Amino acid sequence: MGELRLMKGNEALAEAAIRAGMDGYFGYPITPQSEILEYLTREAYNRTQCTVLQAESEIASINMVYGAAGTGARVMTTSSSPGISLMQEGISYIAGAELPCLLVNINRGGPGLGTIQPSQGDYFQSVKGGGHGDYRLIVLAPATVQEMADFVLEGWEMAEKYRNPVLILADGALGQMMEKVELREQQPRGTRPVPDWATVGKTKDRERNVITSLFIKPEEMEQVNLRLQQKYKLIESEITRVEELQTDDADFVIVAYGLSARIGSKVMELLRDEGMKVGLIRPISLWPYPYATVSKAAEHVKGFLSLELNAGQMVEDVRLAVNGRCPVGHYGRMGGIIPSPEEVADVIKKMYSEL
Amino acid sequence: MQEIEHHYDEMDIVCERPAALLDTRMHYCPGCGHGVAHRILMEAVEELGLQEKTVGVAPVGCSVFAYHYMNVDMQEAAHGRATAVATGIKRTNPDKIVFTYQGDGDLAAIGTAETLHTVNRGENVLIVFINNAIYGMTGGQMAPTTLVTQKTSTTPYGREVPVMGNPLKITELLAQLPGAFFVTRQAVNTPANVRKAKKALLNGLKWQTLNKGTCFVEIVSNCPTNWGMKPVESNKWLEENMLPFYPLGDMKVPSKEELENG
Repeated sequence: MGELRLMKGNEALAEAAIRAGMDGYFGYPITPQSEILEYLTREAYNRTQCTVLQAESEIASINMVYGAAGTGARVMTTSSSPGISLMQEGISYIAGAELPCLLVNINRGGPGLGTIQPSQGDYFQSVKGGGHGDYRLIVLAPATVQEMADFVLEGWEMAEKYRNPVLILADGALGQMMEKVELREQQPRGTRPVPDWATVGKTKDRERNVITSLFIKPEEMEQVNLRLQQKYKLIESEITRVEELQTDDADFVIVAYGLSARIGSKVMELLRDEGMKVGLIRPISLWPYPYATVSKAAEHVKGFLSLELNAGQMVEDVRLAVNGRCPVGHYGRMGGIIPSPEEVADVIKKMYSEL
Repeated sequence: MQEIEHHYDEMDIVCERPAALLDTRMHYCPGCGHGVAHRILMEAVEELGLQEKTVGVAPVGCSVFAYHYMNVDMQEAAHGRATAVATGIKRTNPDKIVFTYQGDGDLAAIGTAETLHTVNRGENVLIVFINNAIYGMTGGQMAPTTLVTQKTSTTPYGREVPVMGNPLKITELLAQLPGAFFVTRQAVNTPANVRKAKKALLNGLKWQTLNKGTCFVEIVSNCPTNWGMKPVESNKWLEENMLPFYPLGDMKVPSKEELENG
């Protein structure tokens, strides 16, 4: 068993990054995730000589990540919604140049400057694009402080395996809440082999390496796109992650991720106490989305409710999976308001009575 | 015949393509200064024996394909972000030699914040800034360095200060920052200036290993195509119009002590 600590989600994530052997962190302060930058500037260099740099903007941060990732370094940036919006150009370049890196969005309410309170309003941005062009991010949605820590190393390993950016999408509450977390052992830095595509100086025994997303000839650009799409298909087949709670006998299923899934599991308990057979599907990877799991449940349930801290975003993917076989509702609060389990239970009872 | 063969044997190679520059036809317009700037930069890399430890960053603009010609590991940056990319490379690989190669739009308009903060942090990289007072790749629009009254496709009546502001002397601005170790403005319009520009690039690369701050080399260059001139005319126009406003010379040079205490 690893070391047990009581930590904030943001701090657990930062600690996990140090322990995962991070080589570089580039970030810019923004609430509610500034603790990550603060924690790393305090701890990382002293312990592992990892580069930590407060950049002049999120635009600079993401491009520093691009440069460092292009040398094969294990790098990360973190931000919150408006900052992640600023990074979208760089994220598209990183996806296009197929650079492995870890991105973290501690989602706050929007649109615009919005609020510093928790939100899941960046689902579309995270899983449907965000930046320009046909690309995908692997998107992991933690629901506990433990997962905030665990998904760091797992995320980097996925990023490096597929040469693709990985995004941890959490909300402000997960960043701020304190829970018990079991930390992994410190991984050594500088022991991973330098990838053969990395730009670390052209030695005589090889051609120069070039990191680019520019392919001006249409035929070449199409081939690059086709290769990317093939990679995305492979990722879909290999790493779709989901948790199911009491879906076997359920005739109604809540679909929720992150903080909403925690509320959803409480709602499930409340309704089970009243004799209703309610289950929960928690997508852990938001892309690739667990369509198959939702589709399978659609064969035996009477309805779904997508519970989100937004105006209805993931519900579109639930409906895609259900494909009209039964009603799919959505319930969400916005502006940083978190619904109570009782409130959601009432919504489900009303919906259920109309099925 | 015998004599001629003997003559050939005696010949010394006095000039050849540096191995750090690939044997590829460049896409630059005839007479453009980019080709010369590429060449002297790569000659400098080679002469210092740095080819194996150098990582370059290409911009967006005419020199977007610099990595097609420069035979070193390279990264292509988003528009304006080359110095941020270089920061990421250098911070995680402090033993490498890192340079950016950027035009005026990339470095002094869209990338102004990245440029200024990179120099302000004193990142140990070389920034090569090609100033030809126009956007070449997109077809001759106004650059931040376009001269007052200069005509471009977006200043069809000439750059007017009340509307478009003044040309930005970003090199003078950067020379004020303590993070800058070496700041100079050179040109590639005459053989003599090319030799001086190369010397500046040699110093900019060499002094990077001292880890004392950013080296910044501006190279005033031409754009015959978008200036609407023949190459020779464009170099004359550069001399008569650009150099009075962008005077050549060093703006910040390291002292003897700074160089000796490396």
